[in-house]
Amino acid sequence: MSQPTNTTDEPRGLPRRSVEILVALTLIALAGVVLYDSHGRGAGWDGGPQNGFFPARVGWIFLAAAVFVLWQSFRTESGIFVTYGQLGQVARVLGPLVLFVALIGPLGLYVAAAIFIVAFMGVVGGSRWWSILLTAVIVPIACFWIFELQFRVPLPKGPLEAALGY
Amino acid sequence: MDDFSSLLAGFQIALSWHNIGFMALGVILGIVVGVLPGLGGPNGVAILLPLTFGMDPTSAIILLSSIYWGALFGGAITSILFNIPGEAWSVATTFDGYPMAIRGHAAEALTAAFTASFIGALSGVVLITFVAPLVASFALRFGPAEFFAVFLLTFCSFVGMGRDNRAKIITSLCIGFLLAAVGLDSISGDLRMTFGSTELMRGFDFLVVVIGLFGIGEILLTAEEGLVFKGKHAKIDLKVVLKTWASLPRYWLTLVRSCVVGMWMGVTPGGAIAASFMGYGLAKRFSKRGAHFGKGEIEGVLAPETAAHAAGTSALLPMLALGIPGSATAAVLLGGLLVWGLQPGPMLFVEQKDFVWGLIASMYLGNLAGLIIVLATVPLFAAVMRIPFSFVAPVILIVCAIGAYTISNSVFDIWVMLGFGILGYIFKKLDYPLAPLVLALVLGDRAEDAFRQALLGSAGSLDVFWANGLVSGLVIVALVLLLWGPITDAIAALGRRNESAKAAKAAE
Repeated sequence: MSQPTNTTDEPRGLPRRSVEILVALTLIALAGVVLYDSHGRGAGWDGGPQNGFFPARVGWIFLAAAVFVLWQSFRTESGIFVTYGQLGQVARVLGPLVLFVALIGPLGLYVAAAIFIVAFMGVVGGSRWWSILLTAVIVPIACFWIFELQFRVPLPKGPLEAALGY
Repeated sequence: MDDFSSLLAGFQIALSWHNIGFMALGVILGIVVGVLPGLGGPNGVAILLPLTFGMDPTSAIILLSSIYWGALFGGAITSILFNIPGEAWSVATTFDGYPMAIRGHAAEALTAAFTASFIGALSGVVLITFVAPLVASFALRFGPAEFFAVFLLTFCSFVGMGRDNRAKIITSLCIGFLLAAVGLDSISGDLRMTFGSTELMRGFDFLVVVIGLFGIGEILLTAEEGLVFKGKHAKIDLKVVLKTWASLPRYWLTLVRSCVVGMWMGVTPGGAIAASFMGYGLAKRFSKRGAHFGKGEIEGVLAPETAAHAAGTSALLPMLALGIPGSATAAVLLGGLLVWGLQPGPMLFVEQKDFVWGLIASMYLGNLAGLIIVLATVPLFAAVMRIPFSFVAPVILIVCAIGAYTISNSVFDIWVMLGFGILGYIFKKLDYPLAPLVLALVLGDRAEDAFRQALLGSAGSLDVFWANGLVSGLVIVALVLLLWGPITDAIAALGRRNESAKAAKAAE
């Protein structure tokens, strides 16, 4: 998929055109799914518009626009979508974030948040270990105080909160 | 005069102590949201919306709209002091604001920006006060066909007037419509596009989508830039403020021009972003000192800020009067109205007079409070930007996750938020506009209902969109707006071809 960039002094990265094509193809596939689903349930007229009537029509417009975007992507200058250095930075944010969301289910939001802060600040770097730990303790407790005690909005809780009696 | 007494009654509601408190709180939260990268008007309001479910609707909307005002003010601080636009509509403010700060005139630039914002917002509120009731009483005559025509008008003007690639605007709109269609169909009661998943039965909540697209997506974009901010210091004292105010009357023409541009762009959903660029462009073109723009000209700060705020405020007019929001944040506020059990649209002016006029009165007061608060607290918020990103980012991300969860107490929604965050990052980098997606997602169900009801009434004949002067007029305007962009493009392309042909001839 990736094309070699011919200029040597430019930073290396994902070529924009490949990403553009990939996104357009994904959108076309989605349009196909929508059309399959809508026409499968009935997109015609049965004493009134059937429930697939509107989505199917939007789906066709969607398909046409996505095909047009695909066609355009072949005609425009490519350039760099994101350099590998930038992609690394994004991954350092995204990695801990995915971990955080995955842990909310089993551990509850507060514990997951503490782990997330340690992971994030550790991976991004630049902070001393005691400031990381302090943040990891204070932020979840502040969240607990604001949401659970002040606004009475229940957030997902895990074994630790259960042990503490909440 | 009936409206005037309603407005006075509205001031009485808005001036109660707890509403003033909510106003101040909202403005401060809004400035924080506007200053921090990754939080913005739309998702700041979206995150706080669930917390207001239990509140009285009038207080709740005063709180949320004040966040909106605060976010509009806050965007200017980072643009001028850090050359980082906190919001897309303050990009044009950086052109002259940051050079002014470099030359040591940060305080003047900030005062000018805030005052311009205030003037712009005020002109928008005046427009709402006088025009919204008229539009609403006119719209009482609308049937489903007319409403669909107005929706069509909104979407067509997005496509025709947008600054982005048109195929991508249409793609973005369609994604919004299709996401809105997922889940239970309100008319037939059938499930659509759920593919057997129970999680998808509820459909996609637009608040979750907004938090993902704007919040998570923005953080990922910021992360790419290397995670450091470098800013100029600023302290505002009363002398500078007064001196700057004294110089403002000289620029009255620029201010008026930007107000008009902003009001127009806000009511038609061109949005604050386009308005700020247009305001800047026009000022540059017509100003005597146009050649100095970009080097730190105070007019270059006044023009885009006035236009952006006039647009941002006017965007609430169609939301209140027709139930059709003019911007992404207005769309989120509209979602809030629905949650509190208020049906936005013309009937709101008849059935919920207190609410509507309380809100309009709070717009006057909220902007005044915003101006005072923001002038007093600039050093504080400039300091917020000095907190390291590795500390701010996880807190923002946790708050986003909490916001997504609290909407319907579902962990699945946090995953949806994450997915849309990645989508938002990719879409922003590829120049797919996000506002049309949000708007279509909010309006999708209602546009579809209007369309189906209109067709039901006419037994499937499309003639219903051509039945009377009103509906056919709206449809014609919609088509003109839709085709406006392509036609002007074609004319411009023809012009260029002629010119290059002439140039080729001259070269021979």
